[in-house]
Amino acid sequence: MPDYNNSFSVMVNKEISDHVKSWKFIIIVALILLTTFASIYSILNLIKNNAAVINQEDNFLFLKLFTATTGSIPNFMTLISFLGPILGIALGFDLVNSEQNQGTISRVLSQPIPRDYFITSKFAAAISLVFLLVFSIGFLVMGAGLISIGLPPTLGEFLRIFIFLFLSGVYIAFWLNLGILFSIIFKQSATSALASLAVWLFFTVFYSMLVNITARSIASNPFDLRSLTAALSRLSPNYLYNELTTILLTPSIRTLGGLSFKQLQGAIPSTLSLDQSLILVWPHFTALIAASLICFAVSYLSFMRKEVRA
Amino acid sequence: MAETIISTSELTKKYGDIKAVNELDLNIKKGEIYGLLGPNGAGKTTTILMLLGLTEPSSGSAEIKGLNTTRDSIEVKKFTGYLPDQVGFYDNSTGKENLIYTAQLNGMDAAAAEKKAEEMINLVGLDNVVDNRVATYSKGMRQRLGLADVLIKDPEIVILDEPTIGIDPTGINEFLDLIRSLSKENGITVLLSSHLLNQVQQICDRVGIFVKGQLLAEGSIKDLADQLLEEKEINLNVKIKDYSEQTVEKIAALDEVREIKEQENLLDEIYQHYFKGGEVDARL
Repeated sequence: MPDYNNSFSVMVNKEISDHVKSWKFIIIVALILLTTFASIYSILNLIKNNAAVINQEDNFLFLKLFTATTGSIPNFMTLISFLGPILGIALGFDLVNSEQNQGTISRVLSQPIPRDYFITSKFAAAISLVFLLVFSIGFLVMGAGLISIGLPPTLGEFLRIFIFLFLSGVYIAFWLNLGILFSIIFKQSATSALASLAVWLFFTVFYSMLVNITARSIASNPFDLRSLTAALSRLSPNYLYNELTTILLTPSIRTLGGLSFKQLQGAIPSTLSLDQSLILVWPHFTALIAASLICFAVSYLSFMRKEVRA
Repeated sequence: MAETIISTSELTKKYGDIKAVNELDLNIKKGEIYGLLGPNGAGKTTTILMLLGLTEPSSGSAEIKGLNTTRDSIEVKKFTGYLPDQVGFYDNSTGKENLIYTAQLNGMDAAAAEKKAEEMINLVGLDNVVDNRVATYSKGMRQRLGLADVLIKDPEIVILDEPTIGIDPTGINEFLDLIRSLSKENGITVLLSSHLLNQVQQICDRVGIFVKGQLLAEGSIKDLADQLLEEKEINLNVKIKDYSEQTVEKIAALDEVREIKEQENLLDEIYQHYFKGGEVDARL
């Protein structure tokens, strides 16, 4: 007796195996692994030789694995914020239009499956790959750190890293969803790839400039300027993610905005506990997940309304 | 009289102001081969997409085995196979892998799917290329793989959209023969769309002439011909033994004959003669 309930997992399996076998995935993963290795290697050297200097203010040495930098090679945090979007876009940009150009979409949709399986299975497959990749690389870095500096992470540090990795997954999912959206809107994969990269470039390079110009022309005093700049910047997922990870992995940062002298008076310089850090970035956390979901919702809707022709 | 298995009532699809399909009433009986004959852009594909629930009708409705094709499309697709005009496969997988995937989407487990896929490959005669990537297949092979893909779910109804586009004349004949024998042996209802008259008349029990979204005439080829051609010219092909001027004159002398012309399309004959049978896989 045919069992039609397995279709979804069959489709997800197929998507995952397609990704894993594809050259673009292999290349991106190789790129991420290589840069991670280079970054970890240089940071481990740095920590071995200057542990005392690096660790003079607080005792979160293990987090330094992710945040310290030697100048020439960016740290792991920066790497993910840079390569993550590329991974997401690479996984997403041709998911729908390539099937349309190959003519497979109408064949798959004429099988007894709900129409949304087509898009949700692609999403599920790509997202599980992203999380798998991010977590395995993150844990590899932790493992390498454990072996070479011999200092185990505290529970707090481990949780911070775990949340950081999870959020990196969410952040990459945003770009993945953007890629999927463009792969539905544009018929040519090349166009959707370029469009996604253009959005990414806009946010990484030009957005901060735009924000500066706008904020300066509107704001009347330095305090306004500062808060306005921050508010506008936070519309960018890149900025959100960077703030988020910085707060999470650097417990000594205590605030995101400007503090008045009044507020600073009497404050004891110390690190934030994990829950305090989380409270600080909770809005970012929500915004990032929301952005990711909105992107997916829009692509879901536009796919469901799209006319499928061979 | 066999029961009606596919029926549409006032099925309409509008794109803006243009009516691609205009109040179509179609009734197809169980087990017959029905040809939807019409020029490009007549709305054949749109009709088919509505039958499968891939496009929503603007008004009217379509039913297959009593199920509404828009609302119960998943149920309908369990026993309806569809071969699109530009059938696409995952080029980087082998023919067999593509079939197994379809079989699994139709609820078979991995082992059953593989067995069924092999069975279908034998049926359409692609045995020696099953493990090649689909990217290396020719158009004719793809079309056969498409047929295997449609049949793998053991359909009761098969819908073929321009199934013969891009195949050479002998390949077309073999392909159509295959469809006809499958339909007659297993009682499968076939709806076939085409803009090529000669193919349709070759295998269809009934034909609908479909122009600009409307069904102009319907019936068997013979009925249609009788309706239209009663007092008109009919072109006959006459095979003549020992061709000579005299024979031609004798025919011309008959009262009923108006005009005699020499056959123009000899190339087709020559082609058919040299490529009959054999070397099928090499060509397709």
